[in-house]
Amino acid sequence: MMQVEKIRQEFPELGEKVYGKPLVYLDNAATSQRPLSVIRKWTEMSEKYNANLHRAVHRIADVATAEYEATRDAVRDYLNAEFREEILFTSGATAALNLVAYSFGEAFVHAGDEIVVGEAEHHSDLVPWQLLCERKGATLKVLPVDDSGHVRLDLLPGLLTSRTRLLCVAHISNVLGLVNPVKNIVDICHSKGCAVLVDGAQGVVHERVDVRDLGCDFYAFSGHKVYAAPGTGVLYGRRALLEQMPPFLSGGEMIGSVRWSGSTWAPLPQKFEAGTQNMAGTPTLRPALEMAESLRDPGIVAEQEAIKELIINKLQNNPRIRLYGVPSAPSEKIPLFSFSVEHIHHEDLALILDKMGIAVRSGQMCAEPLMDRFGVTGMLRASFAPYNTLEEAEYFIASLDRAIQMLNV
Amino acid sequence: MKTLQEAKEEVVEEFSMYDEWLDKYEFLIDLGHRLEAFPEELKTEDRLIKGCQSRVWLDTVVDGDRLQFRADSDAIITKGIISLLIGVYSGRTAREIADDDFSFVDRLGLRENLSPTRANGLASMIETLRRTAQNLVHNGTE
Repeated sequence: MMQVEKIRQEFPELGEKVYGKPLVYLDNAATSQRPLSVIRKWTEMSEKYNANLHRAVHRIADVATAEYEATRDAVRDYLNAEFREEILFTSGATAALNLVAYSFGEAFVHAGDEIVVGEAEHHSDLVPWQLLCERKGATLKVLPVDDSGHVRLDLLPGLLTSRTRLLCVAHISNVLGLVNPVKNIVDICHSKGCAVLVDGAQGVVHERVDVRDLGCDFYAFSGHKVYAAPGTGVLYGRRALLEQMPPFLSGGEMIGSVRWSGSTWAPLPQKFEAGTQNMAGTPTLRPALEMAESLRDPGIVAEQEAIKELIINKLQNNPRIRLYGVPSAPSEKIPLFSFSVEHIHHEDLALILDKMGIAVRSGQMCAEPLMDRFGVTGMLRASFAPYNTLEEAEYFIASLDRAIQMLNV
Repeated sequence: MKTLQEAKEEVVEEFSMYDEWLDKYEFLIDLGHRLEAFPEELKTEDRLIKGCQSRVWLDTVVDGDRLQFRADSDAIITKGIISLLIGVYSGRTAREIADDDFSFVDRLGLRENLSPTRANGLASMIETLRRTAQNLVHNGTE
Protein backbone atom coordinates (compact mmCIF):
# COMPACT_ATOMS: atom_id res chain seq x y z
CA MET A 1 0.00 0.00 0.00
CA MET A 2 1.19 3.47 -0.89
CA GLN A 3 1.46 6.28 1.60
CA VAL A 4 0.01 9.65 0.64
CA GLU A 5 2.92 11.43 2.35
CA LYS A 6 5.35 9.55 0.13
CA ILE A 7 3.52 10.29 -3.12
CA ARG A 8 3.37 14.01 -2.23
CA GLN A 9 7.13 14.21 -2.61
CA GLU A 10 6.64 13.57 -6.31
CA PHE A 11 4.74 16.88 -6.62
CA PRO A 12 7.11 19.83 -6.01
CA GLU A 13 4.35 22.46 -5.77
CA LEU A 14 2.85 20.69 -2.76
CA GLY A 15 5.97 21.55 -0.74
CA GLU A 16 5.56 25.29 -1.34
CA LYS A 17 4.58 27.83 1.28
CA VAL A 18 2.19 30.76 0.89
CA TYR A 19 2.26 33.71 3.34
CA GLY A 20 4.71 31.59 5.37
CA LYS A 21 2.20 28.76 5.76
CA PRO A 22 2.30 25.35 4.08
CA LEU A 23 0.23 25.40 0.91
CA VAL A 24 -2.99 23.40 1.18
CA TYR A 25 -4.02 23.07 -2.43
CA LEU A 26 -7.74 22.38 -2.79
CA ASP A 27 -8.36 23.76 -6.27
CA ASN A 28 -7.56 20.52 -8.06
CA ALA A 29 -10.73 20.52 -10.14
CA ALA A 30 -9.37 23.62 -11.89
CA THR A 31 -5.74 22.51 -12.27
CA SER A 32 -4.00 19.58 -10.66
CA GLN A 33 -0.36 19.75 -9.63
CA ARG A 34 2.25 18.07 -11.80
CA PRO A 35 4.54 15.23 -10.70
CA LEU A 36 8.29 15.15 -11.41
CA SER A 37 7.77 12.46 -14.06
CA VAL A 38 5.63 14.90 -16.05
CA ILE A 39 7.98 17.84 -15.52
CA ARG A 40 10.93 15.69 -16.61
CA LYS A 41 9.19 14.50 -19.77
CA TRP A 42 8.18 18.08 -20.60
CA THR A 43 11.76 19.28 -20.10
CA GLU A 44 13.24 16.35 -21.98
CA MET A 45 11.01 17.02 -25.00
CA SER A 46 12.00 20.70 -24.92
CA GLU A 47 15.71 20.14 -24.40
CA LYS A 48 16.38 17.15 -26.62
CA TYR A 49 13.57 16.44 -29.05
CA ASN A 50 12.16 19.76 -30.10
CA ALA A 51 11.06 19.30 -33.72
CA ASN A 52 7.93 19.22 -35.82
CA LEU A 53 6.15 15.92 -35.98
CA HIS A 54 5.49 13.43 -38.77
CA ARG A 55 6.92 15.18 -41.83
CA ALA A 56 10.63 15.71 -41.27
CA VAL A 57 13.14 12.95 -41.99
CA HIS A 58 15.73 13.87 -39.40
CA ARG A 59 16.57 12.11 -36.18
CA ILE A 60 15.07 14.39 -33.53
CA ALA A 61 11.83 14.69 -35.48
CA ASP A 62 11.67 10.89 -35.55
CA VAL A 63 12.03 10.69 -31.78
CA ALA A 64 9.50 13.48 -31.21
CA THR A 65 7.02 11.72 -33.52
CA ALA A 66 7.61 8.36 -31.84
CA GLU A 67 6.96 9.92 -28.41
CA TYR A 68 3.81 11.62 -29.65
CA GLU A 69 2.39 8.49 -31.24
CA ALA A 70 3.37 6.33 -28.27
CA THR A 71 1.32 8.75 -26.19
CA ARG A 72 -1.64 8.09 -28.46
CA ASP A 73 -1.26 4.36 -27.84
CA ALA A 74 -1.03 4.96 -24.09
CA VAL A 75 -4.22 7.08 -24.10
CA ARG A 76 -5.96 4.48 -26.22
CA ASP A 77 -5.02 1.78 -23.69
CA TYR A 78 -6.06 3.98 -20.80
CA LEU A 79 -9.50 4.68 -22.26
CA ASN A 80 -9.79 1.19 -23.78
CA ALA A 81 -10.67 2.69 -27.18
CA GLU A 82 -10.98 0.20 -30.03
CA PHE A 83 -8.72 2.00 -32.50
CA ARG A 84 -5.73 4.29 -32.03
CA GLU A 85 -7.08 6.74 -34.63
CA GLU A 86 -10.04 7.35 -32.34
CA ILE A 87 -7.69 9.31 -30.06
CA LEU A 88 -7.29 12.95 -31.16
CA PHE A 89 -4.95 15.35 -29.39
CA THR A 90 -6.28 18.84 -28.71
CA SER A 91 -5.26 21.81 -26.58
CA GLY A 92 -7.77 20.80 -23.90
CA ALA A 93 -11.34 19.75 -23.25
CA THR A 94 -12.65 23.11 -24.49
CA ALA A 95 -10.95 22.64 -27.86
CA ALA A 96 -12.18 19.03 -28.02
CA LEU A 97 -15.79 20.08 -27.39
CA ASN A 98 -15.56 22.89 -29.95
CA LEU A 99 -14.21 20.39 -32.47
CA VAL A 100 -17.26 18.17 -32.02
CA ALA A 101 -19.64 21.16 -32.00
CA TYR A 102 -18.29 22.26 -35.36
CA SER A 103 -17.51 19.02 -37.18
CA PHE A 104 -20.33 16.82 -35.85
CA GLY A 105 -22.63 19.82 -36.33
CA GLU A 106 -21.60 20.24 -39.97
CA ALA A 107 -22.13 16.55 -40.68
CA PHE A 108 -25.23 15.71 -38.69
CA VAL A 109 -27.13 18.74 -37.34
CA HIS A 110 -29.71 20.55 -39.47
CA ALA A 111 -32.49 23.10 -38.98
CA GLY A 112 -35.17 21.69 -36.70
CA ASP A 113 -32.84 19.17 -35.04
CA GLU A 114 -32.22 19.13 -31.27
CA ILE A 115 -29.23 18.98 -28.94
CA VAL A 116 -29.68 18.08 -25.26
CA VAL A 117 -27.31 19.48 -22.62
CA GLY A 118 -27.16 18.68 -18.89
CA GLU A 119 -28.23 21.46 -16.53
CA ALA A 120 -25.01 21.23 -14.52
CA GLU A 121 -22.65 21.54 -17.49
CA HIS A 122 -19.52 23.67 -17.45
CA HIS A 123 -19.75 26.62 -19.86
CA SER A 124 -17.31 24.75 -22.14
CA ASP A 125 -19.90 22.01 -22.57
CA LEU A 126 -22.73 24.49 -23.01
CA VAL A 127 -21.75 27.55 -25.05
CA PRO A 128 -20.40 25.55 -28.05
CA TRP A 129 -23.83 23.83 -28.28
CA GLN A 130 -25.65 27.15 -28.02
CA LEU A 131 -23.57 28.47 -30.91
CA LEU A 132 -24.10 25.29 -32.91
CA CYS A 133 -27.87 25.57 -32.46
CA GLU A 134 -27.78 29.23 -33.53
CA ARG A 135 -25.76 28.38 -36.65
CA LYS A 136 -28.00 25.51 -37.67
CA GLY A 137 -31.40 26.67 -36.50
CA ALA A 138 -31.49 23.74 -34.09
CA THR A 139 -33.07 23.70 -30.61
CA LEU A 140 -31.12 23.38 -27.36
CA LYS A 141 -32.88 21.34 -24.67
CA VAL A 142 -31.87 20.93 -21.04
CA LEU A 143 -31.71 17.73 -19.02
CA PRO A 144 -32.39 19.00 -15.47
CA VAL A 145 -30.90 18.00 -12.13
CA ASP A 146 -32.93 17.63 -8.93
CA ASP A 147 -32.35 19.58 -5.70
CA SER A 148 -29.68 17.09 -4.57
CA GLY A 149 -27.84 17.56 -7.87
CA HIS A 150 -28.75 14.22 -9.45
CA VAL A 151 -29.54 14.09 -13.16
CA ARG A 152 -33.28 13.60 -13.73
CA LEU A 153 -32.87 10.35 -15.65
CA ASP A 154 -36.64 9.86 -15.46
CA LEU A 155 -37.14 12.94 -17.68
CA LEU A 156 -34.64 11.85 -20.33
CA PRO A 157 -36.84 9.57 -22.49
CA GLY A 158 -39.44 12.34 -22.76
CA LEU A 159 -36.79 14.84 -23.94
CA LEU A 160 -35.58 12.72 -26.82
CA THR A 161 -37.31 12.81 -30.19
CA SER A 162 -36.44 11.52 -33.65
CA ARG A 163 -34.80 14.93 -34.22
CA THR A 164 -32.41 14.74 -31.22
CA ARG A 165 -28.91 14.35 -32.66
CA LEU A 166 -26.64 14.61 -29.64
CA LEU A 167 -26.73 14.68 -25.84
CA CYS A 168 -23.85 16.28 -23.95
CA VAL A 169 -23.25 15.56 -20.28
CA ALA A 170 -20.35 15.60 -17.84
CA HIS A 171 -19.08 12.30 -16.51
CA ILE A 172 -18.73 14.15 -13.19
CA SER A 173 -19.95 17.74 -12.69
CA ASN A 174 -17.22 20.22 -11.75
CA VAL A 175 -19.64 21.85 -9.28
CA LEU A 176 -21.63 18.96 -7.85
CA GLY A 177 -18.95 16.26 -7.83
CA LEU A 178 -21.54 13.54 -8.50
CA VAL A 179 -20.75 10.69 -10.89
CA ASN A 180 -23.47 10.75 -13.51
CA PRO A 181 -25.12 7.49 -14.65
CA VAL A 182 -23.47 7.72 -18.07
CA LYS A 183 -24.14 4.10 -19.05
CA ASN A 184 -27.86 4.51 -18.43
CA ILE A 185 -27.88 7.80 -20.30
CA VAL A 186 -26.09 6.20 -23.25
CA ASP A 187 -28.51 3.25 -23.32
CA ILE A 188 -31.55 5.52 -23.37
CA CYS A 189 -30.05 7.87 -25.99
CA HIS A 190 -28.82 5.13 -28.30
CA SER A 191 -32.20 3.42 -28.21
CA LYS A 192 -33.57 6.65 -29.71
CA GLY A 193 -30.74 7.08 -32.22
CA CYS A 194 -29.12 9.98 -30.36
CA ALA A 195 -25.32 10.17 -30.00
CA VAL A 196 -23.72 10.93 -26.60
CA LEU A 197 -20.78 13.14 -25.78
CA VAL A 198 -19.23 12.90 -22.31
CA ASP A 199 -17.23 15.78 -20.85
CA GLY A 200 -14.64 13.83 -18.91
CA ALA A 201 -12.62 16.75 -17.52
CA GLN A 202 -13.31 15.60 -13.94
CA GLY A 203 -14.24 12.00 -14.74
CA VAL A 204 -10.87 10.94 -16.10
CA VAL A 205 -9.22 12.04 -12.85
CA HIS A 206 -11.46 10.14 -10.45
CA GLU A 207 -12.92 7.21 -12.38
CA ARG A 208 -11.42 4.31 -14.28
CA VAL A 209 -12.71 5.28 -17.74
CA ASP A 210 -13.53 2.61 -20.30
CA VAL A 211 -15.16 4.22 -23.31
CA ARG A 212 -16.33 0.91 -24.73
CA ASP A 213 -17.98 -0.03 -21.46
CA LEU A 214 -19.57 3.43 -21.15
CA GLY A 215 -20.66 3.15 -24.76
CA CYS A 216 -20.38 6.90 -25.39
CA ASP A 217 -19.62 8.30 -28.85
CA PHE A 218 -17.27 11.06 -27.67
CA TYR A 219 -15.24 11.51 -24.49
CA ALA A 220 -13.21 14.69 -23.93
CA PHE A 221 -10.71 15.66 -21.26
CA SER A 222 -7.93 18.16 -20.48
CA GLY A 223 -4.38 17.24 -19.55
CA HIS A 224 -3.89 19.94 -16.93
CA LYS A 225 -6.55 18.52 -14.60
CA VAL A 226 -5.02 15.05 -14.69
CA TYR A 227 -1.38 15.91 -13.82
CA ALA A 228 -0.20 16.63 -17.40
CA ALA A 229 1.10 19.83 -18.99
CA PRO A 230 -1.35 22.65 -19.70
CA GLY A 231 -2.44 23.08 -23.30
CA THR A 232 -2.92 19.35 -23.74
CA GLY A 233 -6.12 17.42 -24.13
CA VAL A 234 -7.83 14.45 -25.72
CA LEU A 235 -10.91 13.80 -27.73
CA TYR A 236 -11.99 10.21 -28.08
CA GLY A 237 -14.47 9.81 -30.91
CA ARG A 238 -15.98 6.68 -32.44
CA ARG A 239 -14.19 6.06 -35.71
CA ALA A 240 -17.38 5.63 -37.74
CA LEU A 241 -18.48 9.13 -36.70
CA LEU A 242 -15.08 10.83 -37.01
CA GLU A 243 -14.74 9.50 -40.56
CA GLN A 244 -17.99 11.18 -41.58
CA MET A 245 -17.14 14.50 -39.93
CA PRO A 246 -15.36 17.29 -41.88
CA PRO A 247 -12.17 18.83 -40.44
CA PHE A 248 -12.46 21.53 -37.76
CA LEU A 249 -9.21 23.48 -38.07
CA SER A 250 -7.48 23.30 -41.42
CA GLY A 251 -3.89 23.95 -42.45
CA GLY A 252 -0.66 22.03 -42.28
CA GLU A 253 -0.43 18.33 -41.35
CA MET A 254 -4.14 17.61 -41.86
CA ILE A 255 -4.22 17.44 -45.64
CA GLY A 256 -3.92 14.67 -48.19
CA SER A 257 -3.14 16.88 -51.15
CA VAL A 258 -3.70 20.56 -51.88
CA ARG A 259 -4.52 21.83 -55.36
CA TRP A 260 -6.04 25.13 -56.49
CA SER A 261 -9.05 23.07 -57.48
CA GLY A 262 -9.48 21.82 -53.92
CA SER A 263 -7.89 19.73 -51.17
CA THR A 264 -8.25 16.29 -49.70
CA TRP A 265 -7.79 15.32 -46.07
CA ALA A 266 -5.30 13.14 -44.30
CA PRO A 267 -6.71 9.98 -42.73
CA LEU A 268 -7.61 9.89 -39.03
CA PRO A 269 -6.30 11.07 -36.66
CA GLN A 270 -4.26 13.69 -38.61
CA LYS A 271 -7.41 15.02 -40.28
CA PHE A 272 -8.26 16.64 -36.94
CA GLU A 273 -4.75 17.68 -35.89
CA ALA A 274 -3.99 20.73 -38.03
CA GLY A 275 -0.89 22.82 -37.51
CA THR A 276 2.12 22.30 -35.26
CA GLN A 277 1.05 20.24 -32.29
CA ASN A 278 2.00 20.64 -28.62
CA MET A 279 5.03 18.41 -29.10
CA ALA A 280 6.51 19.06 -25.66
CA GLY A 281 3.23 18.95 -23.72
CA THR A 282 1.29 16.08 -25.25
CA PRO A 283 3.90 13.40 -24.40
CA THR A 284 3.44 14.32 -20.72
CA LEU A 285 0.01 12.66 -20.89
CA ARG A 286 1.78 9.29 -20.72
CA PRO A 287 3.53 9.77 -17.33
CA ALA A 288 0.46 11.72 -16.15
CA LEU A 289 -1.94 8.85 -16.82
CA GLU A 290 0.57 6.43 -15.28
CA MET A 291 0.44 8.62 -12.16
CA ALA A 292 -3.38 8.63 -12.25
CA GLU A 293 -3.30 4.84 -12.43
CA SER A 294 -0.84 4.47 -9.56
CA LEU A 295 -2.95 6.81 -7.40
CA ARG A 296 -5.69 4.17 -7.46
CA ASP A 297 -3.61 2.34 -4.84
CA PRO A 298 -5.78 1.02 -1.96
CA GLY A 299 -3.85 3.00 0.66
CA ILE A 300 -4.50 6.27 -1.15
CA VAL A 301 -8.11 5.42 -1.97
CA ALA A 302 -8.72 4.70 1.75
CA GLU A 303 -7.46 8.16 2.70
CA GLN A 304 -9.68 9.74 0.02
CA GLU A 305 -12.70 7.93 1.44
CA ALA A 306 -11.84 9.16 4.94
CA ILE A 307 -11.57 12.75 3.64
CA LYS A 308 -14.94 12.45 1.92
CA GLU A 309 -16.64 11.11 5.03
CA LEU A 310 -15.14 13.82 7.25
CA ILE A 311 -16.04 16.74 5.00
CA ILE A 312 -19.55 15.57 4.10
CA ASN A 313 -20.28 15.05 7.81
CA LYS A 314 -18.89 18.42 8.88
CA LEU A 315 -20.63 20.36 6.14
CA GLN A 316 -23.96 18.62 6.53
CA ASN A 317 -23.99 18.97 10.30
CA ASN A 318 -23.63 22.74 10.13
CA PRO A 319 -27.13 24.20 9.74
CA ARG A 320 -25.72 27.36 8.12
CA ILE A 321 -23.99 25.43 5.34
CA ARG A 322 -25.69 24.19 2.20
CA LEU A 323 -23.84 21.50 0.27
CA TYR A 324 -24.60 21.23 -3.44
CA GLY A 325 -24.39 17.73 -4.86
CA VAL A 326 -25.57 15.50 -2.02
CA PRO A 327 -24.80 11.84 -2.74
CA SER A 328 -27.20 9.02 -1.88
CA ALA A 329 -24.15 6.77 -1.42
CA PRO A 330 -20.49 7.83 -0.85
CA SER A 331 -19.36 6.06 -4.04
CA GLU A 332 -21.45 8.52 -6.06
CA LYS A 333 -19.36 11.50 -5.03
CA ILE A 334 -15.76 12.47 -5.64
CA PRO A 335 -13.96 14.54 -2.97
CA LEU A 336 -15.21 17.80 -4.46
CA PHE A 337 -17.41 19.99 -2.27
CA SER A 338 -19.26 23.10 -3.41
CA PHE A 339 -21.24 24.87 -0.73
CA SER A 340 -22.48 28.19 0.56
CA VAL A 341 -22.64 29.58 4.08
CA GLU A 342 -25.72 31.52 5.11
CA HIS A 343 -25.20 35.32 5.23
CA ILE A 344 -21.54 35.05 4.19
CA HIS A 345 -20.21 35.83 0.73
CA HIS A 346 -18.15 33.06 -0.90
CA GLU A 347 -15.50 35.57 -1.94
CA ASP A 348 -14.90 36.64 1.67
CA LEU A 349 -14.42 33.04 2.74
CA ALA A 350 -12.01 32.32 -0.12
CA LEU A 351 -10.00 35.44 0.67
CA ILE A 352 -9.58 34.50 4.33
CA LEU A 353 -8.85 30.84 3.61
CA ASP A 354 -6.18 32.01 1.15
CA LYS A 355 -4.46 33.90 3.95
CA MET A 356 -4.51 30.67 5.97
CA GLY A 357 -2.63 28.96 3.13
CA ILE A 358 -5.65 27.22 1.63
CA ALA A 359 -6.33 27.50 -2.10
CA VAL A 360 -10.02 27.07 -2.89
CA ARG A 361 -12.27 28.38 -5.64
CA SER A 362 -15.06 30.90 -5.21
CA GLY A 363 -17.54 32.15 -7.77
CA GLN A 364 -19.67 30.65 -10.48
CA MET A 365 -17.26 27.86 -11.41
CA CYS A 366 -18.10 28.35 -15.11
CA ALA A 367 -21.65 27.12 -14.52
CA GLU A 368 -23.83 30.22 -14.35
CA PRO A 369 -27.12 28.46 -15.22
CA LEU A 370 -26.50 26.03 -12.36
CA MET A 371 -25.89 28.96 -9.96
CA ASP A 372 -29.27 30.37 -11.08
CA ARG A 373 -30.84 26.93 -10.57
CA PHE A 374 -29.76 26.99 -6.92
CA GLY A 375 -30.46 30.72 -6.52
CA VAL A 376 -26.90 31.80 -5.63
CA THR A 377 -24.41 34.26 -7.13
CA GLY A 378 -21.60 31.79 -6.53
CA MET A 379 -20.31 29.03 -4.28
CA LEU A 380 -17.16 28.05 -2.47
CA ARG A 381 -15.52 24.91 -3.80
CA ALA A 382 -12.88 22.72 -2.19
CA SER A 383 -11.69 20.02 -4.58
CA PHE A 384 -9.29 17.37 -3.35
CA ALA A 385 -6.84 15.23 -5.31
CA PRO A 386 -5.49 11.82 -4.25
CA TYR A 387 -2.33 13.55 -2.96
CA ASN A 388 -4.30 15.56 -0.39
CA THR A 389 -4.15 14.24 3.16
CA LEU A 390 -6.75 13.75 5.88
CA GLU A 391 -4.71 16.18 7.96
CA GLU A 392 -5.21 18.84 5.28
CA ALA A 393 -8.95 18.11 5.29
CA GLU A 394 -9.03 18.60 9.08
CA TYR A 395 -7.09 21.86 8.75
CA PHE A 396 -9.53 23.01 6.06
CA ILE A 397 -12.53 22.35 8.31
CA ALA A 398 -10.91 24.12 11.30
CA SER A 399 -9.93 27.07 9.08
CA LEU A 400 -13.42 27.27 7.60
CA ASP A 401 -14.89 27.44 11.12
CA ARG A 402 -12.46 30.20 12.01
CA ALA A 403 -13.22 32.15 8.82
CA ILE A 404 -16.95 31.91 9.50
CA GLN A 405 -16.33 33.21 13.04
CA MET A 406 -14.34 36.14 11.66
CA LEU A 407 -17.05 37.04 9.17
CA ASN A 408 -19.99 36.81 11.54
CA VAL A 409 -21.79 40.06 12.17
CA MET B 1 -11.87 68.32 8.75
CA LYS B 2 -8.56 66.56 8.20
CA THR B 3 -6.73 67.36 4.99
CA LEU B 4 -6.62 64.66 2.30
CA GLN B 5 -2.98 64.03 3.15
CA GLU B 6 -3.73 63.67 6.87
CA ALA B 7 -6.61 61.29 6.18
CA LYS B 8 -4.38 59.09 4.04
CA GLU B 9 -1.59 59.02 6.61
CA GLU B 10 -4.06 58.05 9.29
CA VAL B 11 -5.33 55.08 7.27
CA VAL B 12 -1.82 53.92 6.39
CA GLU B 13 -0.78 54.14 10.03
CA GLU B 14 -3.85 52.33 11.29
CA PHE B 15 -3.44 49.59 8.72
CA SER B 16 0.25 49.11 9.51
CA MET B 17 -0.52 48.43 13.17
CA TYR B 18 -1.51 44.90 12.20
CA ASP B 19 1.36 42.58 11.31
CA GLU B 20 -0.71 39.61 10.26
CA TRP B 21 -2.83 39.75 7.14
CA LEU B 22 -5.64 37.98 8.92
CA ASP B 23 -5.71 40.85 11.42
CA LYS B 24 -5.78 43.38 8.59
CA TYR B 25 -8.76 41.51 7.20
CA GLU B 26 -10.49 41.61 10.59
CA PHE B 27 -9.98 45.38 10.49
CA LEU B 28 -11.50 45.57 7.00
CA ILE B 29 -14.41 43.33 8.04
CA ASP B 30 -15.05 45.65 10.98
CA LEU B 31 -14.96 48.70 8.69
CA GLY B 32 -17.40 46.93 6.38
CA HIS B 33 -19.82 46.19 9.20
CA ARG B 34 -19.68 49.79 10.41
CA LEU B 35 -20.35 51.35 7.01
CA GLU B 36 -23.51 53.43 6.96
CA ALA B 37 -26.52 51.54 5.58
CA PHE B 38 -26.95 51.94 1.83
CA PRO B 39 -30.53 52.44 0.57
CA GLU B 40 -31.76 49.38 -1.36
CA GLU B 41 -33.29 51.58 -4.09
CA LEU B 42 -29.82 52.93 -4.92
CA LYS B 43 -28.56 49.44 -5.82
CA THR B 44 -29.01 50.07 -9.53
CA GLU B 45 -27.06 48.84 -12.54
CA ASP B 46 -25.53 52.28 -13.20
CA ARG B 47 -24.12 52.44 -9.65
CA LEU B 48 -22.44 49.03 -9.96
CA ILE B 49 -18.67 49.16 -10.27
CA LYS B 50 -17.65 46.93 -13.17
CA GLY B 51 -14.74 44.54 -12.82
CA CYS B 52 -15.31 43.31 -9.26
CA GLN B 53 -15.95 39.65 -8.46
CA SER B 54 -18.50 40.66 -5.86
CA ARG B 55 -21.06 43.38 -6.45
CA VAL B 56 -20.06 46.91 -5.37
CA TRP B 57 -22.34 49.93 -5.63
CA LEU B 58 -21.12 53.53 -5.41
CA ASP B 59 -23.41 56.52 -5.13
CA THR B 60 -22.09 60.07 -5.52
CA VAL B 61 -23.85 63.18 -4.22
CA VAL B 62 -22.54 66.62 -5.22
CA ASP B 63 -22.77 68.81 -2.15
CA GLY B 64 -21.73 72.36 -3.06
CA ASP B 65 -18.18 72.01 -4.37
CA ARG B 66 -17.68 68.74 -2.53
CA LEU B 67 -18.42 65.10 -3.31
CA GLN B 68 -20.09 62.78 -0.83
CA PHE B 69 -19.80 59.06 -1.49
CA ARG B 70 -21.91 56.20 -0.25
CA ALA B 71 -21.19 52.58 -1.06
CA ASP B 72 -22.15 48.98 -0.44
CA SER B 73 -21.08 45.48 -1.41
CA ASP B 74 -22.48 41.99 -0.96
CA ALA B 75 -19.03 40.83 0.19
CA ILE B 76 -17.88 42.20 3.52
CA ILE B 77 -14.14 42.49 2.83
CA THR B 78 -14.83 44.35 -0.40
CA LYS B 79 -17.21 46.54 1.58
CA GLY B 80 -14.40 47.23 4.05
CA ILE B 81 -12.07 48.23 1.22
CA ILE B 82 -14.55 50.62 -0.41
CA SER B 83 -15.38 51.99 3.06
CA LEU B 84 -11.69 52.73 3.58
CA LEU B 85 -11.52 54.54 0.22
CA ILE B 86 -14.63 56.65 0.64
CA GLY B 87 -13.59 57.45 4.21
CA VAL B 88 -10.57 59.19 2.73
CA TYR B 89 -12.17 60.78 -0.34
CA SER B 90 -15.71 61.64 0.76
CA GLY B 91 -16.14 65.38 1.46
CA ARG B 92 -13.24 66.41 -0.83
CA THR B 93 -13.58 68.67 -3.83
CA ALA B 94 -13.76 67.11 -7.30
CA ARG B 95 -10.47 68.76 -8.22
CA GLU B 96 -8.68 67.37 -5.16
CA ILE B 97 -9.81 63.85 -6.06
CA ALA B 98 -9.20 64.26 -9.80
CA ASP B 99 -5.65 65.47 -9.15
CA ASP B 100 -4.84 62.73 -6.63
CA ASP B 101 -2.58 59.83 -7.63
CA PHE B 102 -4.16 57.32 -5.19
CA SER B 103 -0.67 56.01 -4.46
CA PHE B 104 -1.40 55.71 -0.74
CA VAL B 105 -3.32 52.53 -1.61
CA ASP B 106 -0.02 50.94 -2.64
CA ARG B 107 1.42 51.70 0.78
CA LEU B 108 -1.35 49.62 2.36
CA GLY B 109 -0.01 46.55 0.53
CA LEU B 110 -3.56 45.68 -0.44
CA ARG B 111 -2.87 45.13 -4.11
CA GLU B 112 -0.23 42.46 -3.55
CA ASN B 113 -2.37 40.68 -1.01
CA LEU B 114 -5.48 40.43 -3.09
CA SER B 115 -5.64 37.83 -5.81
CA PRO B 116 -5.37 39.30 -9.34
CA THR B 117 -9.13 39.32 -9.93
CA ARG B 118 -9.69 41.10 -6.64
CA ALA B 119 -6.85 43.54 -7.28
CA ASN B 120 -8.65 44.35 -10.53
CA GLY B 121 -11.73 45.07 -8.45
CA LEU B 122 -9.72 47.50 -6.30
CA ALA B 123 -8.38 49.17 -9.44
CA SER B 124 -11.96 49.51 -10.72
CA MET B 125 -13.07 51.15 -7.47
CA ILE B 126 -10.23 53.67 -7.68
CA GLU B 127 -10.88 54.30 -11.35
CA THR B 128 -14.58 54.95 -10.67
CA LEU B 129 -13.80 57.49 -7.92
CA ARG B 130 -11.26 59.22 -10.13
CA ARG B 131 -13.49 59.29 -13.22
CA THR B 132 -16.46 60.60 -11.27
CA ALA B 133 -14.34 63.49 -9.99
CA GLN B 134 -12.74 64.14 -13.40
CA ASN B 135 -16.13 64.30 -15.12
CA LEU B 136 -17.31 66.87 -12.62
CA VAL B 137 -14.17 68.96 -13.08
CA HIS B 138 -14.55 68.86 -16.88
CA ASN B 139 -18.22 69.72 -16.70
CA GLY B 140 -17.26 72.84 -14.79
CA THR B 141 -19.11 72.05 -11.58
CA GLU B 142 -16.31 73.70 -9.64
